[in-house]
Amino acid sequence: MSIPASGTPALSIREITKSFGQTAIIRGVSLDIAAGERHAIIGPNGAGKTTCFNLISGRFPISSGEIYLNGERIDQLPPHKINRMGLSRSFQITSIFQRMSVFENLRCALLWSRGYRYSFWSPLWMQRELNAQAEFLLEDLNLHTRRDLPAGLLSYAEQRALEIGMTIAGGASVILLDEPTAGMSNTETDYAMDLIRRVTKGKTLVMVEHDMKVVFDLADVITVLVYGQVIASGPPETVRANPAVQEAYLGALVE
Amino acid sequence: MEIVLISLLNGLVYGMLLFMLASGLTLIFSMMGVLNFAHASIYMIGAYLAFTVSQVLGFFPALIIAPILCGLLGAAIEIYGLRRVHHNGHIAELLFTFGLVFIIQRGVQMTWGMLPMAYRVPAILDFPLFTVYGANFPAYRGFMLLISAGMLLATWLLLKKTRIGLIIQAALTHPQMASSLGHNVPMVFTIVFAGGCLLAGLAGVIGGNYQTTEPGMAEAMGPIVFVVVVFGGLGSLAGCFIASIVMGVIQTFAVVIDYSFIDFLKPLGISVTADNLLTEILTVPVARIGALLPFAMMILILLFRPRGLLGTRDT
Repeated sequence: MSIPASGTPALSIREITKSFGQTAIIRGVSLDIAAGERHAIIGPNGAGKTTCFNLISGRFPISSGEIYLNGERIDQLPPHKINRMGLSRSFQITSIFQRMSVFENLRCALLWSRGYRYSFWSPLWMQRELNAQAEFLLEDLNLHTRRDLPAGLLSYAEQRALEIGMTIAGGASVILLDEPTAGMSNTETDYAMDLIRRVTKGKTLVMVEHDMKVVFDLADVITVLVYGQVIASGPPETVRANPAVQEAYLGALVE
Repeated sequence: MEIVLISLLNGLVYGMLLFMLASGLTLIFSMMGVLNFAHASIYMIGAYLAFTVSQVLGFFPALIIAPILCGLLGAAIEIYGLRRVHHNGHIAELLFTFGLVFIIQRGVQMTWGMLPMAYRVPAILDFPLFTVYGANFPAYRGFMLLISAGMLLATWLLLKKTRIGLIIQAALTHPQMASSLGHNVPMVFTIVFAGGCLLAGLAGVIGGNYQTTEPGMAEAMGPIVFVVVVFGGLGSLAGCFIASIVMGVIQTFAVVIDYSFIDFLKPLGISVTADNLLTEILTVPVARIGALLPFAMMILILLFRPRGLLGTRDT
């Protein structure tokens, strides 16, 4: 992977559209996200936020437009290739491997990135380094006491923490988080925000989030998506003051 | 007593054979969400290939070559067939594998003809292994047990102890997540499909001369394997194992039981003497309806526990 020239956005989306059958979900979205930026995408339900993530991460093909990751075009690639180029995402619905232990979940997330590539067949117990990495992550996520528990038995907040850990484990430089604090209590949300801030240090973060406290605390730049189009994008203060945004989204919430 | 012991052993042999087929089917199902109708057809191809290869090179090379050929065939079916049909949904995939059944059936008939093949147990294994109460237990059945137990162990080790196993387990439940962690999920799909076909092929090699190698063998085996998979719980390997052994034992026992339902009713003080339809049904010996038992059991489990023995989904 080439080191991006300074000034090249970490993620650049140019006029992407997506239609399912006759229905246009994303109607021409363009965004440049600078390296190291914390970017929040907000918008009412059905605005196409998650669809945007699915397009960027390669889960769905785009109908038209272009997507660049560190200056390299990624919009025709399958999800695993995009991940290997340095983009990792989490899912809105918790997608950890429930029946595997917490430790195995992390190992699974580390496998590809740590240079094992297609030496697929050698047994797991031989990977000291891999295991050490997984142990380190366990500490970092504060999950070391849960090491051998099946991931499905963790509390909800712990599951989300594990998922965030798995998303960053591979060392991707661009992290996409889809509603990382959805369904959490206030204390849990504070903890999750702290965790996200800590583990994404130095990385580019893009997140979809509904909790305005999280958005305004964490994000450097906010983009507002309504019906598949960007209606505003900029620093939190500017977006907050934007009348179109208040009208379309925030206004309804503040009242 | 001797009948019980011999039948138990035979049931185990048959059950393990069923498991070799059903395990691949259930793995493929949990990964792709599609029941591969053509699975028993691969079993048949395994038997025919083993027959042809063993004519030239002998049985033991065939034991290795035929399953590998079946695995390659499976990989080709997945890459050039299923993967293309996948975008059109599950129904298209089901129809695709359903169509394969007929193509393979005709293909086999055109290549090898309609008559049963003279695929025999190799001479070196054609002797009684031991005798219990005057009844012989053929060495070849012992060999089948050995092969299937070895295969079971190998599959288990592969799934639980290796990296590819870890990734297969991950892709089984959350393919999206696995691919967004950088794992090549389509390739994992191909490996699992090919692996399932390899197991089916191996079952064909050792089952082809245990039963008969003829064009109807896929049709005979297919439904039973489906029953096993549904009974054990779709997608559950452990449930599949239990169901295979249970079905194997039940089927072998049913053949040797000389009682009819009326004999079971007698000790309860119920006697049916009238000459009507009910009496006629009740006096049919179990041996004659043995082939029906697995299906009856499947209906019962679908009525009372639709997810199967150890299944996790309710569909």
